[in-house]
Amino acid sequence: MTSNFPERSLTRSAMSGRTLFNTVMTVIAFTCGVLALLPLLAVLSYVIIKGFSSLNLAVFVELPPKALQKGGGFGNAILGTLLMVGIAALISIPFGVLGAIYITEFSSANVARGVRFAANVLSGVPSIIAGVFAYGIVVLTLVKLNLGSYSALGGGFALAILMLPIILRTTDEALQLVSQDLRQASAGLGATNFQTVSQVVLPAALPAIVTGATLAIARASGETAPLLFTALFSNFWPDSLFQPTASLAVLVYKYAISPFKNWQSLAWAASLILVLMVLITSIIARWATRQKA
Amino acid sequence: MPTKISTVNDTETVLRAENLNIYYGKFLALQNIWLDIPKNQVTAFIGPSGCGKSTLLRCYNRLNDLIESFRAEGKIFFYDKNLYASDIDPVEVRRRIGMVFQRPNPFPKSIYDNITFGAKINGYKGNFDELVESSLRKAALWDEVKDKLRQSGLSLSGGQQQRLCIARAIAVEPEIILMDEPCSALDPISTLRVEELIHELKEQYTIVIVTHNMQQAARVSDKTAFFNVRTSDTGGRSGYMVEYDLTEIIFNNPKQEETRDYVSGKFG
Repeated sequence: MTSNFPERSLTRSAMSGRTLFNTVMTVIAFTCGVLALLPLLAVLSYVIIKGFSSLNLAVFVELPPKALQKGGGFGNAILGTLLMVGIAALISIPFGVLGAIYITEFSSANVARGVRFAANVLSGVPSIIAGVFAYGIVVLTLVKLNLGSYSALGGGFALAILMLPIILRTTDEALQLVSQDLRQASAGLGATNFQTVSQVVLPAALPAIVTGATLAIARASGETAPLLFTALFSNFWPDSLFQPTASLAVLVYKYAISPFKNWQSLAWAASLILVLMVLITSIIARWATRQKA
Repeated sequence: MPTKISTVNDTETVLRAENLNIYYGKFLALQNIWLDIPKNQVTAFIGPSGCGKSTLLRCYNRLNDLIESFRAEGKIFFYDKNLYASDIDPVEVRRRIGMVFQRPNPFPKSIYDNITFGAKINGYKGNFDELVESSLRKAALWDEVKDKLRQSGLSLSGGQQQRLCIARAIAVEPEIILMDEPCSALDPISTLRVEELIHELKEQYTIVIVTHNMQQAARVSDKTAFFNVRTSDTGGRSGYMVEYDLTEIIFNNPKQEETRDYVSGKFG
């Protein structure tokens, strides 16, 4: 019986058409993988090299120097970033997590679809729009109430708008990954909805939720445009939520393009600190929620 | 019309289904069920796929409420209370009527916490250590896990996980344990151990077990209900109960021809 398939040898042959094509494509895929990693490695190493030389203790504890003045630091910017990201997290995490719990556990399929779509749209909104929005809502209101104007509160609010859709979507996916079997087991033991969600579903989804929150925090820490309209900048320690506040991102924006060498090296150091802060936050978050097998 | 039940043993009835019809949306899944479950005995539901035996089982502890399109017409009496009356709290029903599922589903917590979870959410006021030990002993799992109570429940083998789920269900002191094909995901040795366990448990609890395995039903149960599925004129399949009697009668001398065909392996 003759077969419709071409004759092939059982032993491997490096020069056959199929094998050659396979090898070439594998090499191409590998090369693309390496090329995709290059920008990340390049940015990281450049920041580390240029920033490391400007790092010293003064950077953490002193206030920004005048142009061309020796010494100084950006302790106030570090505090300011921590403060505003903290405010943003305090606003966005409860709303994001509770909202995700609602759409996965309690709402109808149509409502869930609508909320997910809205979150996707919100996450695509340019950050400068979030800044303008926060300007209108927070800054102008504070002016009307005579409580101040440009403020850490406004900055935190703008960052919260950027963090909210990320937290909602990642929490939503984390909750959906928890098997229905666990919910049924819990209900079968006589648990109320609240008990099932808080004692079985949330703990099971927690590592993924924390990862999502960390991603959101990382995004927010580096945003500059929204802070330009809301928190501005300051050369002093943050002592009130209702005053213009320094932040690492805005400091880099101001100092990096300035013509003064001391400001430029401070900008590199600030970039390095920013990258390290995000890295350390991620590591702590993953360590704290590791599954104890 | 209601099927007559042989009452050789005149035991108390704990669950009585009266004229029960189950709908998913417009689709009639189970029709016209009249069934008395006797106390402290093992009752098995057998039948081909799609005949509604799991659906009926899940009606007893109101777990079908979790499905949006579900609707039950008729009554299920737990002693003298209709479980589908509007003033019944399904959460408390589920504590008194526990369930073990087809795939073992321990929580991703320690073995100890798995057992105490049900107790804690129901406001247990006794000693937790004693509860854990007694539940695990009743589930024939204590000797195997007593030194590793703090390890995750997921680190156990499949058979052990299922016994852990049984221990977890027992810990909330139910009166009835519903088992939905509890051995179908287990190897034969674990299956045998769970079957021995069922035999011990029936002294204290009433057990209703759904099983695909006819030999298991014959080994384990006192009474057996055989369900079948019929295709209606519109093409939908709905389940109905064919015969319900002592296990020996169902398997050796059934009254209905359908039952005879099923238990002798002609279909299913």
